[in-house]
Amino acid sequence: MDFDVAIITGALPYLWKGFLYTVELTAVSAAGGLFFGTLLALARLSSLKPLQTVAAAYVNLMRSIPLVLVIFWFFFLVPLILQSVTGAERPPQVGAERTAIITFILFEAAYFCEIMRAGIQSIPRGQVWSAYALGLNYNQTMRLVILPQAFRNMIPVLLTQIIILFQDTSLVYVISATDFVGAAAKVAQRDSKLVEMYLFVAVVYFVLCYSLSFAVKHLQRKIAVIR
Amino acid sequence: MNYHWNWGVFFQETPEGGTFYWEILLSGLGWTLAVSVVAWLIAMIAGSIVGTLRTTQNPWLTAFGHCWVELFRNIPLLVQMFLWYFVIPEFVPPLKRWMVSTEPVYAQFISAVLCLGLFTSARIAEQVRAGIQSLPRGQRLASMALGLTPVQTYRHVLLPEAFRIIIPPLTSETMNLIKNSSIALTIGLAELTFRARELGEYTFSFFEAFTAATLVYIIISMSANRVMAVVERRVAVPGLITAGGK
Repeated sequence: MDFDVAIITGALPYLWKGFLYTVELTAVSAAGGLFFGTLLALARLSSLKPLQTVAAAYVNLMRSIPLVLVIFWFFFLVPLILQSVTGAERPPQVGAERTAIITFILFEAAYFCEIMRAGIQSIPRGQVWSAYALGLNYNQTMRLVILPQAFRNMIPVLLTQIIILFQDTSLVYVISATDFVGAAAKVAQRDSKLVEMYLFVAVVYFVLCYSLSFAVKHLQRKIAVIR
Repeated sequence: MNYHWNWGVFFQETPEGGTFYWEILLSGLGWTLAVSVVAWLIAMIAGSIVGTLRTTQNPWLTAFGHCWVELFRNIPLLVQMFLWYFVIPEFVPPLKRWMVSTEPVYAQFISAVLCLGLFTSARIAEQVRAGIQSLPRGQRLASMALGLTPVQTYRHVLLPEAFRIIIPPLTSETMNLIKNSSIALTIGLAELTFRARELGEYTFSFFEAFTAATLVYIIISMSANRVMAVVERRVAVPGLITAGGK
């Protein structure tokens, strides 16, 4: 069989656009997921029982169903929610790309929550007591003492999760969003060049994820030496 | 929210007639379980072998194990699914001929099973390696001192202990495998999530269909969790913290 390189170089501008969306989706979901995940972790560790229960239920629900199913849920749910919030007459057109961002933020929050919870729980209790003894309130204790340390301890795990997220964002393919894989699939099907396009995508992902996880491993060793 | 729930939809007949929508979902569940079970077997066998190889003293074998793990871990599962279904057959003419001539569902099933099995094998290999490496060095040395060959050392000493230690991470990998099997819908395999979406498209009862699928996934993962918890208690290594301080 012949391998048609020209089809890849010809499609590069289009693929690049898809790739940028993949990066944007990863970055926004990582930031949003980390923010809400931290709040969820604080809720799971709070002394208020109802808050604990609700947060735990949310996290367990998200972690027990497939991402593809979650993507489908939100694809149909988000327009309806926006409609009831804005009071519009018909569900607004949100588009697959924006729905995907909302989906991934809410889905990743559950995973980041578990990482942050482990990070917070790895901090010795004495830190909390000393912070309270110094007169800090709950907010200040968390913001100035506990969370910075928890973040630092969990950096390698958080980065690994972000690499997994980077790979998982390819699943927006199922709602026809044009991410890197989506763009490649569209070209592949238009020109029936599936072999070239999918191999190219696989190589790009491999090189990126391999280098990133190598860097994370390096960083982990460095952090391990400091402590 | 203005959505009209219609839970009766599961007991409506499909357009083709003769079957009800709940039966459609049930057949989807069947494929999900079939793919998961076969892929799990592949993943456990390949993962145990590769994980073990990575702990041997032979540089070629450890390098092979390293490449295996990195290859399957650094390409998105969706892309791997496309590679197995669309790309690899192009390089293996007999496979291609078989895939064209057979029922599509068999080609989809084989691709999905190989893809998920090997993808998961890389993750299981990492757990097996971690399990073996977590054992005290003395275990290996003691076996050698007793005159066991390397193969016997692994077979009778290291692996039985390592597997008992890594049951919790293996449980979560098993759950991931079941959840990941939904990605087989991208190559057209009619598993549970595929069927739920199909039901939604035929009847516009998307949320009823997704709710049913969600509940089924929760039930599967809860039962897998229970089974593994029982296994874990039965085989806990005495003396370790995980054994509950007995």
